[in-house]
Amino acid sequence: MATAVNQDKPTNEHPSGGENVVVRFAGDSGDGMQLTGGQFTLSTALAGNDLATFPDFPAEIRAPQGTLFGVSAFQINFGSRAIETAGDQPDVLIAMNPAALKTNVQEVRPGGLVIADEGEFGKRNLDKAHYDSNPLEDGSLAKWQLLKLDISQLTLDAVKEFGLGNKEALRCKNMWTLGLSLWMFERERDPVIDWLNTKFAKLPDVAKANIAALNAGHAYGETAELSGEGLGTGHLPTHRVAAAPATPGVYRTVTGAEAISQGLVAGAQLAGLPMFFGGYPITPASAILHHLSRLKEFGVTTFQAEDEIAAITAAIGASYAGSLGITSSSGPGIALKGEAMGLAIMTELPLVIVNSQRGGPSTGLPTKTEQSDLYQAVYGRNGDAPMPVISARSPGDAFECAIEAVRIAVQYMTPVMLLTDGYIANAAEPWKIPDVSSLEPFPVKFLEKKPESGLLPYSRDEKLARPWIKPGTPGLMHRIGGIEKAIDTGHIEYGPANHQTMTEIRRDKVLGVADSIADQDVALGKEGGKLAVVGWGSTFGPIHQAVRKAIDAGKDVAHIHIRNIWPMPKNMSDLLKSYDRVIVPEMNTGQLKTILRDQFLVDAMPVNKVSGQPFTITEIEAAIEEALS
Amino acid sequence: MTEMTKVETTLKDWETDQEVRWCPGCGDYAILKAVQRTMPQLGADPSNTAFISGIGCSSRFPYYMETYGFHTIHGRAPAVATGVKLANPDLDVWIITGDGDALSIGGNHTMHLLRRNLDVQFMLFNNEIYGLTKGQYSPTSREGTHSPSTPYGSVDRPASPCAFALGAGARFVARGIDVHKGLPDVLKAAHAHKGTSFIEIFQNCIVYNKDVFDEFAAKKTAADTQLHLLDGEPMLFAKGEKGISLNHDTLQMEVVDVTDGDWEAAGVIVHDVKNRSVAHMLVEMQFGEFPMALGVLYDDPRPTFEAAVVAQNEASSVGKAPDLQALLNKGQTWTVSENGADGPEL
Repeated sequence: MATAVNQDKPTNEHPSGGENVVVRFAGDSGDGMQLTGGQFTLSTALAGNDLATFPDFPAEIRAPQGTLFGVSAFQINFGSRAIETAGDQPDVLIAMNPAALKTNVQEVRPGGLVIADEGEFGKRNLDKAHYDSNPLEDGSLAKWQLLKLDISQLTLDAVKEFGLGNKEALRCKNMWTLGLSLWMFERERDPVIDWLNTKFAKLPDVAKANIAALNAGHAYGETAELSGEGLGTGHLPTHRVAAAPATPGVYRTVTGAEAISQGLVAGAQLAGLPMFFGGYPITPASAILHHLSRLKEFGVTTFQAEDEIAAITAAIGASYAGSLGITSSSGPGIALKGEAMGLAIMTELPLVIVNSQRGGPSTGLPTKTEQSDLYQAVYGRNGDAPMPVISARSPGDAFECAIEAVRIAVQYMTPVMLLTDGYIANAAEPWKIPDVSSLEPFPVKFLEKKPESGLLPYSRDEKLARPWIKPGTPGLMHRIGGIEKAIDTGHIEYGPANHQTMTEIRRDKVLGVADSIADQDVALGKEGGKLAVVGWGSTFGPIHQAVRKAIDAGKDVAHIHIRNIWPMPKNMSDLLKSYDRVIVPEMNTGQLKTILRDQFLVDAMPVNKVSGQPFTITEIEAAIEEALS
Repeated sequence: MTEMTKVETTLKDWETDQEVRWCPGCGDYAILKAVQRTMPQLGADPSNTAFISGIGCSSRFPYYMETYGFHTIHGRAPAVATGVKLANPDLDVWIITGDGDALSIGGNHTMHLLRRNLDVQFMLFNNEIYGLTKGQYSPTSREGTHSPSTPYGSVDRPASPCAFALGAGARFVARGIDVHKGLPDVLKAAHAHKGTSFIEIFQNCIVYNKDVFDEFAAKKTAADTQLHLLDGEPMLFAKGEKGISLNHDTLQMEVVDVTDGDWEAAGVIVHDVKNRSVAHMLVEMQFGEFPMALGVLYDDPRPTFEAAVVAQNEASSVGKAPDLQALLNKGQTWTVSENGADGPEL
């Protein structure tokens, strides 16, 4: 039953009060926390809130039950105003076992609500979580409001009639928890019920049991309130967060992996090309392969290759044959693709390489987020091997970035690296669905007839791009390869003057991409002033919020967020130099900072975090404070 | 995949204006000529033909063929070719590779190419040495091979290309010799086969591994050292005086003498290119005790990878329009009007 251990504490700190609420679900990796979080996200989006999520799960598929390293968590920040991060500190933590409590509770806002499944706090589980005594009983959680419920038993009671085994019945715990959460925030249950009926269409008893658990959790919230038990006020906290103001339009939630997949499909359509996607399973990039493999009606061929190298070289082969070749991976896989990227640069074939970055080096932190592959993207190949690099700032932004990557690849006949990270790939945000008819097509023209002056496979247009010639085109037979090419003809040529010129052409072609991209804007604040906070990729949210708070506090700060990492927009130098100071928060040890210093001779100062977790707003605020002092 | 329309060409149509840059006397010249001579006989269309190679001496081959050509990176030609064929299944694709390219750095891709059964001709120029990097021993070099990297002789056992191919699931396995007049027939059979046609060609590297195949490739002794396989014909050699038979006690092949041409009495096996068990024995026949088996060892087609991919792409697209807007709008959406959220559109 609901009891509160800290009834002597002030209780006016319900998870509400402000314009946003952060809820974290944490449990064993087998407890279905990602599913619970995903469904809660959907209900929240349907309620019209803005939101951001942060799924954080272990690398192990099923780590031993109850262990600290087997904890899987899902955090959602939602509110009635624009939400750009998954939130610094949870207001509510739902802990399904001692290990989940231990690994998460310290981050909960003092005074926040902790809901724990006391049915899981037996000696065995306490030992596994290295608790000497039961934290639900020993007063060590006094900082927070504690609500202990025997969710396991309540779930078993709720699903008894469906005759499931004990183990299967307990699998419904997450739905019970979701039911309670939906009640707390006055969310609708119908979308979840629909989803359960679809998901378990072939197992009606399982569907019914899950729905019963969901309803029981919801009813429990209501009953607890009615019964007068619960927190100090006598009630469980319920709170309805008002809908966030948003630009009118049709919205959905989208993860980065979905948005990239759809953006690539859109890019291929705008270019008028069939798509070939070569991939090899790797966390957290595989989701893109999964999405695209279901989109064959869009002219998408997916190929799960034997390794990372085959994935990219097959994509190069497909581009050579006239498809849009795409490959995707994470740091270790991108490293394996390095030589092949050089081949695409040398043969000047279009290719998009998506890197969903994760913690490194080597295997590193497969399921955690980091931005430490920037050097690899910009510099990480043998020879002078320039390649455009774009980075997405959020799941929704990844859609546009994917289209942009395709455009640059086909217009400049070059491989393009698109950087996202584990956070963007897995996190969800509400996304205003673009109007497809407003997207600008950039149809590809293959060379199909021999020019009167003769066939020159390495002749160039005004963008310095060479013609794209499909094998099978009558009369345009020619040879390409990784050996240095003679200017115009593309024949093998080792001559010193030729190599000098060709190296310069390859460099200038990529630098010329800057002619086709927008000037760098200031995301928040004004051009010129005391301090610019310059970011790239998924740090957009915390930087933006921190800068907003600083501006609200009267400070002279601006937020600049770079999408085009290489080449950079043409106004970047002037823009950066219009500020007294520049700081660069990034989830690495200072890679963009180095590039800015190298390219523009600005005294950019690093703000670094490499813990596998996104920046918090507070951390960026502290950095702003320090830079201004 | 449409059947190829036959095109009239001559040898000249298949030669490029590029200066051939192999060492004088290299076996590659003979293979190049054999291919250029065979293409008109196949009725092949230069515009619809692509030669794709990796890295090594043999991989320069595409530069000398007046077709589409892609000289890729070390070991990766099978993977590049896979992308090419999936993007355009109608192209006639030839992979040119060597023993180091195909079995060392690219061994993985070779295995998967064969397993998937992409419709390409795969020509492995085996010279048992790394030529382009100046003579190191290769994965097919015999034990004890002295080379710059093995000055005291190599200690590892060589790979057997045809046995590897069959083990990886090849449906066509053939062997030829660079200067041998039978090579065009092998190429024709390979071209006729739908699927990956694996051809091992013994190629003489006259600089780093000169005449290493002489014990069976030399013309003088060829009659006694070579077994020329023909579908439906008895496995005879040494002018018909010897043959290959199956010992029913040991379940192994053995060489038997044939008296007065009565090979049936001697129990000589009739070659059946579709017999996979016999193919396994043929690729394991050790030269010395046995003659070197040449020609088409195995040829039993089955559906190709690209045909399966295309069929699945088509089948899973039936009744689905490539409507991007509908894709983006899929799932649960909600509308925000000027006054805020209007609730779900399910």
